[in-house]
Amino acid sequence: MAPQRRRVMAQVAMVMNLDKCIGCHTCSVTCKQAWTNRSGLEYVWFNNVETRPGQGYPRTYEDQEKWQGGWVRTRSGRLQLRSGGRFKKLLSIFASPVQPEMHDYYEPWTYDYENLFQSPLSDDFPVARPKSLVTGDDMAITASANWDDSLGGSEASEAADPILVKLREEANLHIKTEYEKTFMFFVPRICEHCLNPSCMASCPSGAIYKREEDGIVLVDQDRCRGWRQCITGCPYKKIYFNHRTGKAEKCHFCYPRLEVGLPTVCSETCVGRLRYIGLILYDPDAVTAAALADDKDLYQAQLDVMLDPRDPQVIADAKASGIQPDWLEAAQRSPVYALIKHFKVALPLHPEYRTMPMVWYVPPLSPVVDLLKDQGHDSEAGGNLFGAIDALRIPLEYLAELFTAGDVEMVRLVLQKLAAMRSYMRDVTLGRPRQPELAAAVGMEERALEQMYRLLAIAKYDERY
Amino acid sequence: MTTDVPRLDGPAADALLKVGRFFTKWEQTDDGRAQFREGGRAGDFFYRDRWSHDKVVRSTHGVNCTGSCSWKVYVKDGIITWEAQQTDYPSTGPDRPEYEPRGCPRGAAFSWYTYSPTRVRYPYARGVLLELYREAKHRLGDPVEAFREISTDPVKRRKYQQARGKGGLVRITWDEALEIAAASYVNTIKHYGPDRCVSFSPIPAMSMVSHAIGTRFNHLIGGAMTSFYDWYADLPVASPQVFGDQTDVPESGDWWDATYLMMWGSNVPVTRTPDAHWMAEVRYRGTKVVTVSPDYADNVKFADDWIPAQAGTDAALAMAMGHVILKENFVDRQSEYFTDYTKQFTDFGMLITLEEHPDGHGLVPGKFLTAADLDAHRDTSDAAFKTVMWDRATGAPAIPNGSMGHRYNEADQGMWNLDLGDIDPALTLLGEAGAEGVEVNLPCFEDPRGEGSIIKRGLPARRVEGRLVTTVFDLMLAQYGVGREGLPGVWAAGYDDPTVPYTPAWQEEITSVPAEAVTRLAREFAQNSEESKGRTMIIIGAGICHWFHADATYRAIIALLMMTGCIGRNGGGWAHYVGQEKCRPMTGWFNMANAMDWQRPPRTMIGTAYWYMHTDQWRTDGFSADRIKSPLSQGRLDGMHTADTVALSHRLGWMPFYPQFDVNPLDLADEAAAAVERGEFETPQAYVAARLKSGDLKSAVEDIDAPENWPRTMILWRSNLFGSSAKGAEYFSKHLLGTHNNVMENQHGADARPKVVKWHDEAPEGKLDLLITADFRMTSSTLLSDLVLPAATWYEKHDLSSTDMHPYVHAFTPAIDPPWETKSDFDLFADLATRISQFARKHLGVRKDLVAVALQHDTPGQIAQPGGHVPDWRGTDVDAVPGRNLPVLAVVERDYTAIADKLLTVGPLAEKLGFTVKNITYDVSHQVERLGRLHGVYPSGPAEGRPAINTDQRLAEAILTFSGTTNGELATQGFHTLERKTGRKLADLSAGSEEKLISFVQTQQSPQPVITSPEWSGSETGGRRYAAFTINTERLKPWHTLSGRMHFFLDHDWMTDAGENLPTYRPPLDMTRAYGEPELGPNGEKAITVRYLTVHNKWSIHSEYQDNLFMLSLGRGGPQAWLSVADARSIGVSDNDWVELTSANGVFVARAVVTSKLPDGICYVQHAQERTIDVPKSEATGRRGGIHNSVTRILLKPTHLIGGYAHQAYAFNYLGPTGVQRDIVSTVRRRSQEVQY
Repeated sequence: MAPQRRRVMAQVAMVMNLDKCIGCHTCSVTCKQAWTNRSGLEYVWFNNVETRPGQGYPRTYEDQEKWQGGWVRTRSGRLQLRSGGRFKKLLSIFASPVQPEMHDYYEPWTYDYENLFQSPLSDDFPVARPKSLVTGDDMAITASANWDDSLGGSEASEAADPILVKLREEANLHIKTEYEKTFMFFVPRICEHCLNPSCMASCPSGAIYKREEDGIVLVDQDRCRGWRQCITGCPYKKIYFNHRTGKAEKCHFCYPRLEVGLPTVCSETCVGRLRYIGLILYDPDAVTAAALADDKDLYQAQLDVMLDPRDPQVIADAKASGIQPDWLEAAQRSPVYALIKHFKVALPLHPEYRTMPMVWYVPPLSPVVDLLKDQGHDSEAGGNLFGAIDALRIPLEYLAELFTAGDVEMVRLVLQKLAAMRSYMRDVTLGRPRQPELAAAVGMEERALEQMYRLLAIAKYDERY
Repeated sequence: MTTDVPRLDGPAADALLKVGRFFTKWEQTDDGRAQFREGGRAGDFFYRDRWSHDKVVRSTHGVNCTGSCSWKVYVKDGIITWEAQQTDYPSTGPDRPEYEPRGCPRGAAFSWYTYSPTRVRYPYARGVLLELYREAKHRLGDPVEAFREISTDPVKRRKYQQARGKGGLVRITWDEALEIAAASYVNTIKHYGPDRCVSFSPIPAMSMVSHAIGTRFNHLIGGAMTSFYDWYADLPVASPQVFGDQTDVPESGDWWDATYLMMWGSNVPVTRTPDAHWMAEVRYRGTKVVTVSPDYADNVKFADDWIPAQAGTDAALAMAMGHVILKENFVDRQSEYFTDYTKQFTDFGMLITLEEHPDGHGLVPGKFLTAADLDAHRDTSDAAFKTVMWDRATGAPAIPNGSMGHRYNEADQGMWNLDLGDIDPALTLLGEAGAEGVEVNLPCFEDPRGEGSIIKRGLPARRVEGRLVTTVFDLMLAQYGVGREGLPGVWAAGYDDPTVPYTPAWQEEITSVPAEAVTRLAREFAQNSEESKGRTMIIIGAGICHWFHADATYRAIIALLMMTGCIGRNGGGWAHYVGQEKCRPMTGWFNMANAMDWQRPPRTMIGTAYWYMHTDQWRTDGFSADRIKSPLSQGRLDGMHTADTVALSHRLGWMPFYPQFDVNPLDLADEAAAAVERGEFETPQAYVAARLKSGDLKSAVEDIDAPENWPRTMILWRSNLFGSSAKGAEYFSKHLLGTHNNVMENQHGADARPKVVKWHDEAPEGKLDLLITADFRMTSSTLLSDLVLPAATWYEKHDLSSTDMHPYVHAFTPAIDPPWETKSDFDLFADLATRISQFARKHLGVRKDLVAVALQHDTPGQIAQPGGHVPDWRGTDVDAVPGRNLPVLAVVERDYTAIADKLLTVGPLAEKLGFTVKNITYDVSHQVERLGRLHGVYPSGPAEGRPAINTDQRLAEAILTFSGTTNGELATQGFHTLERKTGRKLADLSAGSEEKLISFVQTQQSPQPVITSPEWSGSETGGRRYAAFTINTERLKPWHTLSGRMHFFLDHDWMTDAGENLPTYRPPLDMTRAYGEPELGPNGEKAITVRYLTVHNKWSIHSEYQDNLFMLSLGRGGPQAWLSVADARSIGVSDNDWVELTSANGVFVARAVVTSKLPDGICYVQHAQERTIDVPKSEATGRRGGIHNSVTRILLKPTHLIGGYAHQAYAFNYLGPTGVQRDIVSTVRRRSQEVQY
């Protein structure tokens, strides 16, 4: 029996344009300084940035066979935590959950800087040696939260990047990390504040909740009992255990800032200017169905859950659901909605985890592989624009594994939109006649292309947030 | 319940949930997935509480990163908690991205230092020194006498010098620290001379007040201030060579105007982090982005095309692009835009003489034809500096306005402009009456060992008053190998001809970049430039600026922009970014820092030559000057050791050197005065010149190792010389400091000793009496210092910041007072000056100082040596004339008892002589008077009646007040002055801003956009983005060059002998032949020799932040060396293995980072990795591994020493030899993985 009125909820969401990400990690540092430079959280990066190809942080977290995060669709068509149903959870609550250990993160360290002052007169330079923050002993540094940084691939990442492994094993696609074919891009990650959070479902104490007004997923520090089931449950491994307090902590979307009208720290300090924050309206009663879609339909299913904030019916439903006018207005001018659903250039991270992540990504362009080919997606020659997309260094298959559960076509279409925008705008910039066919070729209106350009390129502060 | 609703989990879970729901009611979604419950949010408070803070203060980081980002510093309970970027920059306009936010991870991690365990909280001295000093003082009673004893007693001296860098620091009071420092200063000044004091503090723009106060102190006592921009090899020598300007480049906001953007040797996301977004964003306007880089650098991610040229071969690529552009746009067809532009704004149309080579090599290019060569013009003012064109309108030579000959004389007032009038310059003489094809000989350096060869090319030439001449354009076509019908010479068959320089196929063999790719690149480049009228930009940086032949490489690249009309255009031109050299309030900073208000001239010194000589790196330099010479050299560099070229550059007034002479300049001044008194000489200058000519008085550099010529007292602040920029760091330890080091004994250079500079069989070890460093963290420099002074951080003082990258000036503001016993640099120097003034009453008093300075750029000194010859007076019959072929000599009175008073007030020369920058003198009397009313004046003493600048805020105010960019009254005044010189309308550029005076308080409130001013060459009028040289192209103001135009051709004798009259390709140095290093490639078992490239570090800015725990946690946690997969495999190295990198200069121990992004044959050792963090002992020497620069040494290119001639003239940080290090090679080995500390 369908409800009289659709229930409408609001979710704060983020889009990161990876095409603009410079991999600088400012977001990581400002976040760390503001929130997690405390004892017990030395290894914790609510926001981290991963170099691709690479293993990620914690290492190989995307290997859900191993880490058992997220949801799976059962044979009977139900949605179940990969790590087991709630019943099983209840029965195994005292067993050690599957979760990364220190060596999957890293052993945090400091240095004996004091030696630089205190060293007595000797026969050589004093030096500050690394000391484990866990044991206090001298240590050799063999891992960090960002060990793969800017490598553009290495033997280690070739063997252990879960996406490369998957493509090799399942698609028989051998992507070599070698100089001639190097590719590299960055993926900044925060908590996804999922519509269907598996961490929350995993918590035996009910300490994790999703705020009604904005969908931010939080751990109630009073109720958390440190079962750590949430760490297993989160496929993105974005819940961390505070070794000092014995409780789980996670990215909270900077709610103390959001509540006073400031963007998150990671967004405001993003010098690549690539983060967008906005509200999404969605139908909470449609979430489960959407999360049950076939792998390749997940993207569309998730889009369908998001409601058009300008649709009169949605507006009426939202009002009836208690959404305030200013929130409705925010949803209507949401840059996130525009990029996700209007222009359809932002994609979800690993939709196949079925948690309905709410941090989406515009995939990156990259240089052409072969300099000899007389083609470039260089925006100068609209004619051979689209052929070049397949010649880009970042394999489309790799991006598809990240963002579309393997659907290469969808990634290709997004990159074509970016290329078409560049080509179209070059004519505008140089005062040449415009070519409407460039917009048409990617199924967009000229005006939409220009709006998208404004949002992606000009990206004024008050249009990003 | 219906079952058509999608369900979660299994039936058991459903049952469980139903049970729960039975006990507690809650709302839920229809599928039971989500439950809606009240309360339970008490835990929220934790983070809300953490977010709360008491105040937010605006400051920034003074770290020479060029960012100049404005930051919010958060303070809670009097403690700095964290920082985040400000977002309140003035808008760039509606259709552009904004500057917000500016920052990077390094800046975001800064507050860690405030309370970190590496924070210097108190003054320290080395215990050994302290004991010796206290004992001597106790006995002698006088600090100066005490210091004199311990620094001259060989045993005591050795004892404390050898303890340098080896721990044993003890905490002392400020009082005692200042006493020892002042004692050393007074001892040095009294017994050796003030020019034996030396100061090093780089990059004024990154914190102008802190820089200015110490520099001002240095110049008031008469010390030498060593340069940094050239020393860091950040100065592109090509800039003064081509533009006659230090460096003037677009703000990053102007990248947005480019429609074709190349990043060439500049890794923008890593080194220009807050600006990178402009590059990413402009792509969305349809701008194509091309990256030239040997590795898959972070910026390649953004490129449409990646051009992976082999490291160090960029000029070959550029020359081939030039070949294509010249052929297709100047010969096969003529682009009207390019032709018009190059005629007016470059030297393309200037005439060059062709001369018979003295050794029978045929015709070679000679000099610019000048008015002095023409009968009708010979007698005009400064005729030798007026270049000549061939006028097609009259069929005769013509002298256009705007050359240097029009700049410095009254007769040509109003003619220093680029208005060609009725002249129709011939770009080429081909087809002109009287012209014929002749064959010329040009040098070429395609041999990878650097040996030159001669290529024969044809060009049109004709006679003008007996001289055979051609145009620069014709020479350029010859140089680039672009043939034309009917001309003699050897020419390429086509682009695919690999045998003839400089075709695309020729470059392919050198760079590995496919010829077709280069051809396509060149075509796109030219096509875009023509269609967009010059909106092609090349962002260029340290990746190529740090090579030995970087000047040649830069010229080859800049030439592409000049020939396609891209310089002086918004969105176009060269965007060189290495170093934060742009002090936007220039006049105020320059004159305050140099204490020009009290006494002139200051002793400024070329850093590279200073360290090259004083650290005795010249002693093992087998790469003497004649190794760079052309096969067509006429012998003027033959057999010269580089040390001898340094000596020559000093004695001819080309470049400064300090100590200047082999006697105390205070005594010399007295002797000169006595000689004048006796009536033996008219002037002190004549006395000194005569003694120099007779050989009785010598340049100190000629016996650099004699104890009387050693530097004695040295102070570092805002800098970390010994952990960062010290190329050949181990030589610094050995010779300057006299402590242990990792120099590997080698006899290289023993067979090629200098002829002029005196050789001592025993090299001195331990020249410095006292090394003082002020810092807020422990660095390699503080570890080596005798005194460590605790400095305030950037969050604890007032200061000013500006940069090339944006057009704003903004403030540092203290978030907290300096904690523990730390002091701002301002207070440190005020206290030190006070202490010196006290000691001076007994030891120094008032003295006269004979100061020798070089012939300066932007002064008549640059027309001192017409023709660009080498008028050497040493051992010849040439007269030695001060200010002509000798340094400028001046007598300065120094009241050493009044140093502190002068330091802290604005002196009387401000209104008497005005403040001069770039040959424009500003009358600042109104400003002086205003400051006096604002700050008050000193009521008595030596500075009675002078305006106070006795706090950091007040000095900041003075800098802003005395600068056109921040004081509209002065900007307009300067433009009026320039209008008289140029006869062109200019003052409208700042009209309407006369009432605008940016105060220090305003810079604290928000970043302040600057006013268009003649201090710089671009216009911001009307809110446009700053691009260099737009005033030149739009208002026809000349460049500060010989011809007044941008120069493709340089005609100084040494440029000719080096084979660099024209843009060319020179390969990286052959370090095997030059320094006896192993050949590149596999080197014995498990060792490989590679090019050692010290690229910038993602996790630090120079050495700053490389010890910061956050940055170490995001990087690899210690020293690292990046190797390609194949190179690592060849020596059995796996990722994170310990390796050692050695050369004759020293050893660097690090962990290997093995990456697919690097090509084989090069190793990346990130710049400024110190030895303070996780550096074990090396196997090579058994001593602590070095800093990154322990493997390098100073490589000094003698042509950078040219001075006294037109735009090749000295100014501080403007021209001088660069401290390059890219050519260095190193042998890499896997070492024992059991490391010892």
